[in-house]
Amino acid sequence: MIQDRYSLAFRLYPYARSADQDATDPVRHPVVIMGGGPVGVALALDLGLQGIPVVVLDDHEGIGQGSRAICFSKRTLEICDRYGAAGPMLDKGIAWTLGKVFHDDRKVFEFNLLPEDGHRFPAFINLQQPWFEKFLIDRVRQAQAEGAPIALRGRNRVDAVAPRDDHVLLDITTPEGPYRIAADWLIGCDGASSPLRGMLGLGFVGEVFKDSFLIADIRMKADFPTERWFWFEPWFKSGASTLLHRQPDDIWRVDFQIGWDVDRAEELKEDNIRRRLDAMLGDGVGYDIVWSSIYTFQCRRMERFRHGRVLFAGDAAHQVSPFGARGANSGLQDVDNLGWKLGMVIRGRAPEALLDSYHEERAHGADENILHSTRATDFITPKTPISHVFRNAVLDLAERHAFARPLVNSGRLSVPCSYDGLSLTGVDGLGGPDRTRPGSPCPDAPLGDGFLLPRLGGDFVILAIDAEAPETMTQDGVTARRLAVSAAQDPSGALAARYLGAAPGAVYLIRPDQHVVARWAQYDETALRAALRRACAKE
Amino acid sequence: MADLITDPNLPDPDGFYAELIRSFEAQGDDAAIRAFSARLILLLANHVGDRAVLSRALAEAARNPAHARG
Repeated sequence: MIQDRYSLAFRLYPYARSADQDATDPVRHPVVIMGGGPVGVALALDLGLQGIPVVVLDDHEGIGQGSRAICFSKRTLEICDRYGAAGPMLDKGIAWTLGKVFHDDRKVFEFNLLPEDGHRFPAFINLQQPWFEKFLIDRVRQAQAEGAPIALRGRNRVDAVAPRDDHVLLDITTPEGPYRIAADWLIGCDGASSPLRGMLGLGFVGEVFKDSFLIADIRMKADFPTERWFWFEPWFKSGASTLLHRQPDDIWRVDFQIGWDVDRAEELKEDNIRRRLDAMLGDGVGYDIVWSSIYTFQCRRMERFRHGRVLFAGDAAHQVSPFGARGANSGLQDVDNLGWKLGMVIRGRAPEALLDSYHEERAHGADENILHSTRATDFITPKTPISHVFRNAVLDLAERHAFARPLVNSGRLSVPCSYDGLSLTGVDGLGGPDRTRPGSPCPDAPLGDGFLLPRLGGDFVILAIDAEAPETMTQDGVTARRLAVSAAQDPSGALAARYLGAAPGAVYLIRPDQHVVARWAQYDETALRAALRRACAKE
Repeated sequence: MADLITDPNLPDPDGFYAELIRSFEAQGDDAAIRAFSARLILLLANHVGDRAVLSRALAEAARNPAHARG
């Protein structure tokens, strides 16, 4: 019997019998993904669009209710754009760049997240998680119709796994009874409480933060601008801190910090939620409560993201506080990192060692996210009287003095990390702009009628900017194609500022996930071949 | 004579803030924290070394936005 653990917002993959259930021996699949959330489905898209057969198993038949993650970053949109799924997200989502910080009844300061032009996507959109997931699944359906070998199996609950040397056996329960399959690679995208982690007895320890947060999503017609408003110790006393954020469909996210020792059932009563909301919004403001929830959190990660033929991604591998929009966004960066590597290993174009770099790079990303998220949490919820004194001193000074504003931390909003100095990252033979140094994610820039990133696509690219380079280069079965551009194609000068600096031209080697491998002032065949080998874990 | 710098002048503000809080939290009780604060202020004042700047800083620190508006 499979019980629902939550109710659904969209029933998108109802149970259907698969031929595997009638096979005598376990059918073997190249990739099986546990968990049909945003990370699992995005990874299925990444692999399926490469032509790699992938099976997604989920114990429900669709997307759970509740807005949950709402802030999707520019990098996430750029990744989804590569999958062909960003359009509907951008259409429905609400773009924002401005944040305001308040203390008590005073505005402390405001900040702009993307104070420069020349990017295809905004710094962030706000979109309820179920819609984000639905647009990914819509894209899966479209890709399937075009022949992408993706299977989504609803009400398929994995009850046991048995790792072998070169595959993993999975015991699955369905409404029509159990069956067994084998996976060359098993990817755990099964969320913060990952059953797969539990089945393998893998630990997940970290710092527990002793505070609870009450989320209320409310529907109201209001004149608040599309900005992120954060109050420290708000005058309306509805929480020790409060966040107000707009979502599509006239829905607003309100997030109250309510303390550690709370009676959850009591706090979740509608009258009590309304008491907090009314104090904040004032009398006579009409609204409906669409969804409410109380959450607590930890900052933690698995020691290793790869265990032989089993890999973990997203919340299953690492967890942060919500301050900074680093949960779902970092999960999508995991997918971006793992997709091409798994594809190359499965096709025999790179050694398995390439998958160890997935752990190396994404654990580095997780550590950075945990550090930022922990610092934001310490600032928002001071743990000692003296840290409270300092926090409020910073807020007091920040009203009049610019120097104190960089110290105000209501969440450092997610930007992708750079893989500086890690195994796959090559040399900087250009000494160009810091933001495009080897290891960095490529910043977007205008290019002709469009933008640079869509032209990079999802394979290895030799980006030649006002420089010579051959049309393709193949090294040990891996081909990099040239994208030849000129700084003149961007009259705004952003392309030159972001990729050339003072140099007249440059040659970049870019990975399929649009991170810079290495760069030079001009084409150097030997150096480029070495960098390509290095980026495939062959050096 | 230099004026009091009130524009951002600290590299790695988040890292500095975390170290600052850690150092204070390591002091124990209130008396220890007050003594630590005093030593820290005196060290930094000597490093600044400019009487006028220190007087400006003392005046700025004496302002309190919360109280100013009642």
